[in-house]
Formats: sequence, C-alpha cells, structure tokens
Amino acid sequence: MTDIFELLRGNQNDSDFKKKGVIVQGITGTFGSLHTKNMLDYGTNIVAGVTPKKGGQEFEGIPIYNTVKEAVDATGAKISIVFVPAKFFKGAAMDALEAGIKLLVAIPEHVPIRDTMEVLDLATKKGAVVIGPNTPGIMIPELIKIGIMPPTPFKAGNIAVISKSGTLLYEISDALTSADFGQCITIGIGGDPINGTRLIDAFDMIKDIPDLEGLVIVGEIGGDSEEILAQKIMDSGFKKPAVAYIAGRAAPKEKRMGHAGAIVMGTYGSAESKVSMFNKANIPVAKRPKEVPVLLAGKMGKSD
Amino acid sequence: MRLLEYQAKELFKEFEIRVPPSKASKSLEEGRKHAKELGFPFVIKFQAPVGGRGKAGGIQKCENEDEFDLKYPQVLGMTIKGEKARAILLEKMADIKKELYLSLFLNRSKRCYTVIASAEGGVEIESVKNQIIKEVGLGDVDEQTARQIATEMKLQGKTSDDFVEILQKLSKLTIEKEAELAEINPLAMLQDDSLMALDGKVITDDNANFRHEELQKYQERTEIEERAEKSGFSLVELDGDIAVVGNGAGLVMSTLDMLSDNGGKPACFLDVGGGATTESVYEALTLISQMKRVKGILVNLYGGIVKTTTVASAFIKAYDDGLIDLPVFARLKGSESDKAKEMLADSKTKMFDSVEEAINSAVMEVKH
Repeated sequence: MTDIFELLRGNQNDSDFKKKGVIVQGITGTFGSLHTKNMLDYGTNIVAGVTPKKGGQEFEGIPIYNTVKEAVDATGAKISIVFVPAKFFKGAAMDALEAGIKLLVAIPEHVPIRDTMEVLDLATKKGAVVIGPNTPGIMIPELIKIGIMPPTPFKAGNIAVISKSGTLLYEISDALTSADFGQCITIGIGGDPINGTRLIDAFDMIKDIPDLEGLVIVGEIGGDSEEILAQKIMDSGFKKPAVAYIAGRAAPKEKRMGHAGAIVMGTYGSAESKVSMFNKANIPVAKRPKEVPVLLAGKMGKSD
Repeated sequence: MRLLEYQAKELFKEFEIRVPPSKASKSLEEGRKHAKELGFPFVIKFQAPVGGRGKAGGIQKCENEDEFDLKYPQVLGMTIKGEKARAILLEKMADIKKELYLSLFLNRSKRCYTVIASAEGGVEIESVKNQIIKEVGLGDVDEQTARQIATEMKLQGKTSDDFVEILQKLSKLTIEKEAELAEINPLAMLQDDSLMALDGKVITDDNANFRHEELQKYQERTEIEERAEKSGFSLVELDGDIAVVGNGAGLVMSTLDMLSDNGGKPACFLDVGGGATTESVYEALTLISQMKRVKGILVNLYGGIVKTTTVASAFIKAYDDGLIDLPVFARLKGSESDKAKEMLADSKTKMFDSVEEAINSAVMEVKH
C-alpha cells in the first residue's frame, strides 16, 4: 500500500521534507487560478503549472509548461492537481501518469465513467494513486492542502476524516474542530460512481497512523462502499474509535441526488443498508453532522 | 439517462438483438394506427421508468378493437409508483418456453463491468436464483467468455449459440452507448429454442451525454429541469411544501434528512453547486417561485469559496423584483456571514445560527 503521508510530506531525510512540490494542471483557468492562490496561501509548495500553449509564461511567479512531462522534468514533482473541464480530464490525467506523477488529485465533476475507468487502468499499471474525480481534495491541516476546501473548518490534530461529499467534509470537520478534535488528514474521495481512491483504500491509507485517535467516515446513499468498509473494519480488527455519518436517508429511490453516484437502485445503495452494516461493525451513525463529535467523544470515553 | 423499455428496444434492434414486433405511441389515435399494422392479439405496455408494471396492471392483453378502445386509454391514464405513462408500447406476444436473465452492469465497488446471467429469470434481479456472475473489466465480452457463461447456465444447442451472440451484442451496446446498466429480463427461450429480448432496461452515463448526440431524443425533461441544468444546478423535485436549497450535494441531502426527521416535507432538492453567483442563486429562486406547492424556502449554505454575501444579494434582488413572497429560513455559515445577516435584517428572510433552528422554525411556520 502506498504511504500517503510519504507522498504528501516526503521523508525526514529529504531536503524538501514537508514541502513536496505540486503541479497544477489548468493553472490559468478561472477555477485553477483561484485555487492555486488559495493553496499558496495555505502553504502548499506549488512548483509548476501546466496549460497547453502557455508554456514559458508565469502565474504568481510559478512557471507554466505546455505538458506535465516538461513540468516534471524541470521540477521532479510527483504530485499533480487537475482543474481542467471534465471532457479534457482523461487527456490531462493520462499525460500526468505517463510523465510519472504518483499522486493525482482529480477535481473535475461530470467526468464520464469510461474515462475514469481508463485513467484508473493506467494508474494501476504505473503504481499511482488517483483521488477523485469530483473530489474536494486531500489535506494535512496546517501543513498542506491539495484541493479546493476552505481552510477555516480545519485544524491540526489526530482524527482522520474520509468523505464522499465536499461540503459535508467541511461541515463535519468544522463541528470536530469546534469540539477540539483536530484532524491529521482529511480525504475527499468524491461523489462519482467510480472513485480512484475508494473508502476502503482511504481507510488503508490512514489505519496505521501511529498517533491516530479516531476515524470519521462521511458516506452517502449509492453503491456499497460503506458496507464494504464496515466489513473491512470488522475483519481488520481496527480498534480505534470510529464514527460514521450517512447523508440521503430521506432521498427518493432511483433519483440522482446531485452527485452522479448518489442514487439508490432497488435496495442497492440505500441508507438503511449502510446504517445497519455500520451498526453491525459497532460504529455509531450520527443523525446530524453536529452529532459526530458527540458520538466520537462517547466512543473515546469508552475505549479509554 | 434511464431509457424506457421501447427506447431500450430500439437500441437492441440497432445492435441486432432480437425483440418482438412492437410500436410505441402517445395517443389513442396513433395507437389505433399501430394496432392495425401489428394485428391482434398483442399486449398494451405502460411505458415509464418504473419496475413492477405487470403487477400494477400496466401490461394488458388485447384481443380485438373493442378491447383496445377500452384498455388503451385506461393504461395511458395510469400512475404506477408515482410515475405517469410517458408512452404506450403495443407488442406482439411470443410463445415462451422459459424465461432467462441477462445483464451487464457497472460494478462500483469492484470498478469493473460485471455480467449477471441466470437460466431462471423473469423476476426482479434481487429474486433471480442461480446467478452466474463474471467480472469483465471495461465491458468487453469475448466469445470464449460468453460461451463459458452459457455452459455454466447449462444452455444447449441453438439456445446456447443465441445466448453467446446476444451477450456479445449487449457488450457492444454497453461500450458504445456508455451504459451503466444494460439488462434483458426476461430473455425468453421460445418454442424453437431461440432467444428473444422481451423487456429491456438501459441506463446510460449522463456525464457522457456530450458525445452521444444520438441519445438526445430520449432525454425527457421538464422546463424547470432544463433551466436548472443550464445553470449548473442539481434539482430533484419532490412533493412537499418546503424548498431545500444549499451548496454541495451532501449538505443538501443532509438538510433534507434533518427536515424530514423534524416532520417537514421537502418540495425539492436544489444544489446550487460550488460556483454559485448572485445571478445563479437568483435563477434558483426563480425556479422555486414557479413551483406552486412551495410555501417556504429553507436555505443551508456553507460559504467557503462562495461568499454568503453573494447569496444575500440574490435574495435582496428577488425581494425587490417581487420574485418571491415566501418566508425564507436561512442558515448562512462561513465567509462574510455577519455582513450577509446585516444585509438581510429588514427582509422576509429569517436568519439562524444553526440549521437545526432554521428547520424547526420552517416546520412550525409552514404548517400554519
């Protein structure tokens, strides 16, 4: 399993420890430029931008290249965040993976499923991790932010949050922060039917963090990744306090609720199915976002 | 996009998967013409994106003209599981020996396509017995794999050959049309042991619509849905009286859940998306103002990139223009929320610090 912390921070022996370089694909677009500034403000070490035909120019002092290969050759970066429109995502992602990118954060929403599957196929062959598409990104609060999340809900700590939804990740992290539960990592896996990093993969990334004090899982209707995660947590003997939240209990069947993946087909993907699996795994499920820190505190009290 | 049975069968025909002779219509007059062309007897089939039509009386056998004039309007006027008929399919009956099941679907947790087949079909997939399940990567099923599945189903002779051919054609359809699901249930074995698709369900990837001009004719949207899509909103209309608006699918779903937990009835799910502007929120309010059942609007925004003042400006403009006269219950959190609260102080918008308070107030007031 890829060590996500090593990818994000590097090794203590590295000269750029905690300052690993990040490439922004689509750096000159409205969305890409806005978030590049926000990431820079947060302290993310953005070393290059990529926009075809704009190679040689600069943005906020960051050099722009025509291709990811040129950007990688010049900077040695292994991380890329993609802001291109959905229909260009496949090309941009393939370009990045071929150039040796090992962590690809895929922001675009509305990427066709087939394009995602082809990109993941290549990522597997290249041993790269894809987060998304349709993700808010990944962050180690107060250290590095590779994504579009606002900084205010988050603070450094020892809780891991993994979420299908962006705004609920902010809302729940905000509630955790208010209750003095800081976060060691937050991973948005995205709201699409097919995720580069699934809930179980995100769990694998965080389960062995030595100082981890708790896990918060933010799921929603659609698919069965919450059920599979609950089973995995039971099988793996993971003993840290874990709490879940599931959105979409009141959603009608067979309707897509905003996210391409948020749809109940028959009983497949229903909130009841997910809640009952978490209950089976002894993971309490909050009814409201604000209940998450309350349940977590309860779990921690018991496990002390 | 979920295709109706007759639309799925049009695709089956295009890919040379055998279906019974049939004709789709939307009026009695058109139906009468089709009845003559097809010849009695046939079945009248209710067309809407729901399962369980047979049990609900949405599939009726029809022997002659008198029966037709009675049954056609009856089936056309039905509502099954909240869905009205979008069309009526007249279809010749087949002489069936046995019903099989076949589908190709996107397996989300395994991240690959999966074939499900069974020699005992004709019931809903959850009840299909002796399922044979095979993962097939990006959806391509070669002859050897298809033959192996047929063998596992214990199919023989002509039936087996037909099955191998149909599965490969269904695989081609899935790949070319970018389907998330392509299902034939029942796949009927006729008296001569040949196979024929008696019902079809196809769901295509909405995100791939831009490269499937040919599927656009199947897109059925209300004017409100069309305008919502143009503005980049996600909108699902519901039958309650409190419109729910917010940013982000998860947050709006969560608001819907909490409203329902407190006895409120949501009128819609409206996610204005991450790039909300004063104009787009104004457009969202315009759409809501057109939904007659709405008696109040519940707003839950987590302002990050989107400033809450942007949203407040849209509300002020909507009041000034006389666009909305409904009570609004809002929780605006995040960037510039103090300023937004000031802006809305003298308006019909009630501001709350928590979504729970906003919901309680909305449920109390809308009931009166």
